[in-house]
Order: sequence, then structure tokens, then C-alpha cells
Amino acid sequence: MTRDPDHLLPSDRPVTLMDHRGVAVEGAAHAMPAPEALLTAFAALVTGRRINDQAYALVRQGRLAVYPSSHGQEACQVAAAQVLADGDWLFPTYRDTVAAVARGVDPVEVLVLLKGDWHSGYDPSEHHVAPQATPLATQLLHAVGVAHAARLRGEPTVVMAMCGDGATSEGDFHEALNFAAVFRAPVVFFVQNNEYAISVPLARQSVAPSLAHKGIGYGVPGERVDGNDTAALLAVLGTAVDRARAGEGPQLVEAHTYRMQAHTNADDATRYRQDDEVAAWVERDPVTRLEAYLCEHDLLDDERLAAFAADAEEVAAAMRVGLSEDVTPDPADLFAHVYAVPTPQLVEQAALVADEVAREGGH
Amino acid sequence: MPQFEKLTMAQALNRALRDAMADDPSVVMFGEDVGPLGGVFRITDGLTAELGEDRCFDTPLAESGIVGMAVGMAMNGMRPVVEMQFDAFAYPAFEQIVSHVAKMRNRTRGRVTLPMVIRVPYAGGIGGVEHHCDSSESYYAHTPGLHVVAPSTAADAYTLLRAAIASPDPVVFLEPKKLYWSKEEVELDADRPGIGTAAVRREGTDATLIAYGPSVPVALEAAEVAAQEGRSLQVVDLRSIVPFDDATVCDAVRSTGRAVVVAEATGFASVSSEIVARVTERCFHSLAAPIRRVVGFDIPFPPPKLEHFQLPGVDRVLDAVDDLQWEDS
Repeated sequence: MTRDPDHLLPSDRPVTLMDHRGVAVEGAAHAMPAPEALLTAFAALVTGRRINDQAYALVRQGRLAVYPSSHGQEACQVAAAQVLADGDWLFPTYRDTVAAVARGVDPVEVLVLLKGDWHSGYDPSEHHVAPQATPLATQLLHAVGVAHAARLRGEPTVVMAMCGDGATSEGDFHEALNFAAVFRAPVVFFVQNNEYAISVPLARQSVAPSLAHKGIGYGVPGERVDGNDTAALLAVLGTAVDRARAGEGPQLVEAHTYRMQAHTNADDATRYRQDDEVAAWVERDPVTRLEAYLCEHDLLDDERLAAFAADAEEVAAAMRVGLSEDVTPDPADLFAHVYAVPTPQLVEQAALVADEVAREGGH
Repeated sequence: MPQFEKLTMAQALNRALRDAMADDPSVVMFGEDVGPLGGVFRITDGLTAELGEDRCFDTPLAESGIVGMAVGMAMNGMRPVVEMQFDAFAYPAFEQIVSHVAKMRNRTRGRVTLPMVIRVPYAGGIGGVEHHCDSSESYYAHTPGLHVVAPSTAADAYTLLRAAIASPDPVVFLEPKKLYWSKEEVELDADRPGIGTAAVRREGTDATLIAYGPSVPVALEAAEVAAQEGRSLQVVDLRSIVPFDDATVCDAVRSTGRAVVVAEATGFASVSSEIVARVTERCFHSLAAPIRRVVGFDIPFPPPKLEHFQLPGVDRVLDAVDDLQWEDS
């Protein structure tokens, strides 16, 4: 049996609701989101940009070991969180700090991972945000499992599963799409195509017509969206979440965006891309684009802009304070969380370290 | 009143799944061919028909997908049990097992726990093809965060699988394929000593044989033959590789002063070498001779017509016992 694949095909061009100057596009495929939704997103964009810049600065000051920035991708980050309901789940990658924060997680807790105190600093159950980790695409299968468990219990949960363009080459990406499709698991697979996997450009990753086309092989409908257009992201991701929640199975969304900074502070992007390529994306910046639209439609004025900036500055200040605290991690924790009950061997080993610490006078 | 029944290990495993699923609606079973077929070894026989396909179901043929999905289901309130069809077929899931199953509790300081069981029909002795006979326990035992168990009797298969499903931590449950069809009188009891305890299967005074999973019957048979030759061999069944029961193993070795480790897996950098190291570190002054090992050669698993050269047999075990520097020889 074959099924007509046309309904699975993404749009010919990425869905755009406003051009890079913030002018609404005529005859767009989706309605413009409500002004309140755009303002909420804008506030989160301003905060998200500030978080990215603050984290970058904290690396240079030696407060964070490294930071994979989503500078330039904040619209994807904010929209991914904003389209979810309270009971839904978000599965972020290591680059998705801003998305986790937009979902309600304290940025200081998110950045514990990069500060080096522990592997993960927040309680995943509090905001339904899965822990970040560095393996690529493995979390997509966990997202399918969370969604399938919820579906078996008849709960209306939708799971937003994030990954990057490079991760679409990993086997787990394909297994996750296929499992989700076969079990009709309510997952939105959200690929932020930022053109690079560390140094490797998209052309070396895939020659598919688009990454959204990869859904066809699994019977998963795909859509492409301008990843720097917050309004289009809210509309496309919102529609995908609605469809998944309505029982239409998993959805695949590819956002076309760009990683404005190097992979992390430890990377040198000048070795593999030209400055003029980066410069061309500056004018497509998601923050200034939405700001222009909101100002043009009298939804934003200088006073409100200043208030948003002040809110963002407050978040940055709290990051500086929270991440400047020198925490001395307790070596007993090394053994405390491996199992529910430490094995006799771990009890012995923990005692050995405790003894070392005692002999060294607590250091 | 304890109920005794004549069951094979396969039937005892089936009963354990059935009873655990009846007791707790969050227990789900899935994998390849585990639905209407009942699994290629029939361990899940009848579960789908009895409990419904939401509780026991077939998945697409992708092991990383199976284990990765189980991680997510465990994150969201379920107790998944998954079947890897054969030992070597579990390797596509290795990243999920090592990087996430084993590490999630530690990563989140105990906030996210993964009560899940990965069932692996394992080891040789069935005349299987190249990728159906691996003794893969060392890979899992080397990974902190996993429990690793291997039953050698039908009664233990039941008890240990119930314990694995009830465990708050992930368990790699290794099922010796060649023992699936051995029948014995079984008391189905979920409350006997569970994961982390070894058992002395046969008392003896001259030397201790340490074995687990498919090698336990070999050790018991060797002890039987040795007894006829006037030598009293004690047999310890590990049952649980991780956590390792140092106390029972070392007490046993100290009581005899001599030991042979019997295991199918290749010997280099293995569970058997770990046992020798541990026992030597702890019992050196009680040992009358170096500990010997009867283990697999360091070769890929042989084709069926040659596999008997690779599997530990009674004669090799007795030869190793003879080498334990007896004063009278």
C-alpha cells in the first residue's frame, strides 16, 4: 500500500509572516499572531539576547567553562517554549538555554552545567524541561517515550523535541521520527537549521531538498519556517502543536536560521566561514525585525522598550550574581546519585574520598 | 503457602512479567516480535492477548529506538521492560544505555530516575550463528549506573526479574539462552534475596568454583564429578554481577583457600578478571594457590561446529582445580 505523500510535503519556501524589515508579508499562509502573543515573545527575545550576551561575557571572565550561544536564534528559542501548554514537555539541546529559560527555568540553574558544578542544575519535573546533554539526537527518542507514556494514559501532553541540522544525520533522529509516527506520539520535532554543525556546513550534512522533507520517509508531515521571524515561528509551531495534540501524530518543523557566533567560545569560526556571510544575516536579526513590526503598529514605544530592556538587565544582573558565587561541590555527591542505594563498593570508595578530604583539611 | 510448580526458565520469566504487569499498570513490555508472536524465545507468550497491546507491544526494528523510548517512558511514570532480541543485537542501543540509561539519575542528582529493565537473551551453547551468542556482560558491568544480573535457575529467573522490575534503577537482565528450556521445581517467590546477593549452590571444603548465568550448571556438574573423585568443591552463583556480593564470595573463598572462576565470556578485561582481582585483593592471605580461570578464549564467538572449544566444560574446570597447588599432588 502506498499513500499520497503530498500532504507530508513542506511549503516551497520557508513560511514567513514578516520580512526582515518587519513588514507584514501579503498573502501569508498563516494569520499574524495576536498582538499580546507578539509582545510576550518580544519581551522574551530581548531577555534571551541579553542572556546570550551575558553568558558569553561570563565565559571571558572565567565564570563559565564554555557557552554554546543561540545568538541570532532567539526567535526559535522563544517560540518553541511559548507555543507549549503547562503540562507539555520541552526537550532542549545544549544550545537551547534560552528556550529552557523561556519555559520558566532559572538561567542560573540552567548554566550550572557550563559552570561545572554539576551536569544539570534544574529540576526537570518543575517546568517539564528535560535535562540538557551533549550527545546529539538521543534526546529525541526520550521525547517520543514521554509522549507515548502520556498518550497511553490519555493525557493531552505534547512534547517539543529540539535538535540542530547536524543531528538530523544521527541514527536516533531517524529512529525517533519513525517510532513517533508508528505510535502516533504527539511530538513536534523542531530542527533549528543554523547552517553549521560546529564547522561543517549543511551541504556536507545532507543533500535533501530541505530537512523538513526528511519527514516524508516516515509519514511525518514537514514544514519549513523562517527561523528569524518570530511571528511565523509562533504560527507554524503553534499549528504543529495543535495537530499533535489533536491526535494527528508527530510533526516536523525546520527553522532556517543562522548561528551568529562560533559553536562555543572555544571554537574559531573564521577557519571555516567568511565574515561577509555572517554580515548578511545581521540585517535578518530576529529582535530588530519584531521590534520594527511592533513599533510600526504602535504596539511598542520607547517607554515600553526601556521597560523590556530593564527587565532583561535584571535577569543579567541575577546571572552575574548567581554565577559568580563560588560553590565548592561536595565530593560525597560523586557517589550519592549513581544508584538509589549506593552499592557496597561505592560506599567503600566514598569513604576513601571522605578520608582524603578529612586529611587535607576539607579541600 | 509456597506453591511449587515444574517450570522452565522461559516459563518462569513469562510468569514474572505477567505477575509484575498484573500488579502494576505502569509496567509495560515492548521490543521486536514480543507481541502476538510472544518473542523469538516465547518469553512474552500470551501477554499481548491477555493484557492488551498497550501493555505488551511490537516496535519498529531499531534497538536504539526501543531503549531510547523506554528512557522517555520511564521519565514519565512508566516502568518499561524491553527485550533486545539477541545479545549482539543490543549494540545499536549501546549509546542510549551507556550515555543515558546509566547516567540519568546521576546527571539530575536523583531528580529523574529510570526504573527500567533491558532484557537480553545472551551467551552461547545453542548452536547459534555469530551474532546470537555473545557474552556481553562486561560492557554493561563496566558502566556505572547499571545493575547487571544473570540468573542460572528458573526460580532465580522469576525472583530476579520481579526484583529488576521493582528496582528504582535500570537493570540489564541477562538471560542465559541455553538454560531457557531446563525444567525444575520452582517456587515462585518475589521476596527471596534479590539483586546484589550471591548464593552458595553447593557446599564444599576443598575449593570454591565461582560462576554465574550459563556457567553455573557447568560448575555444579564439575563439583559432582569431583566429589566422586574425593574432592569437595563449593559452588557460588553470583546471580548479580552488579552490585557484586564481595561478602559472600570472599567468605566462600576464605573457607576453602582455593578458587576457580568459570565464565563463558572472553577472559581479557572481563567480569572474570575483575572477580580474580577483587578476591585476590581481599583474600590474599587465605589463598593457598593463585586463582584460576576457565573462561572463553580471546576470539570472536566461533561457528556452531566449533563452539564447544570456546565454552567452559567440566573437564577444563576439573583440570583447573587440579592446578590449585595441592600439597598431596
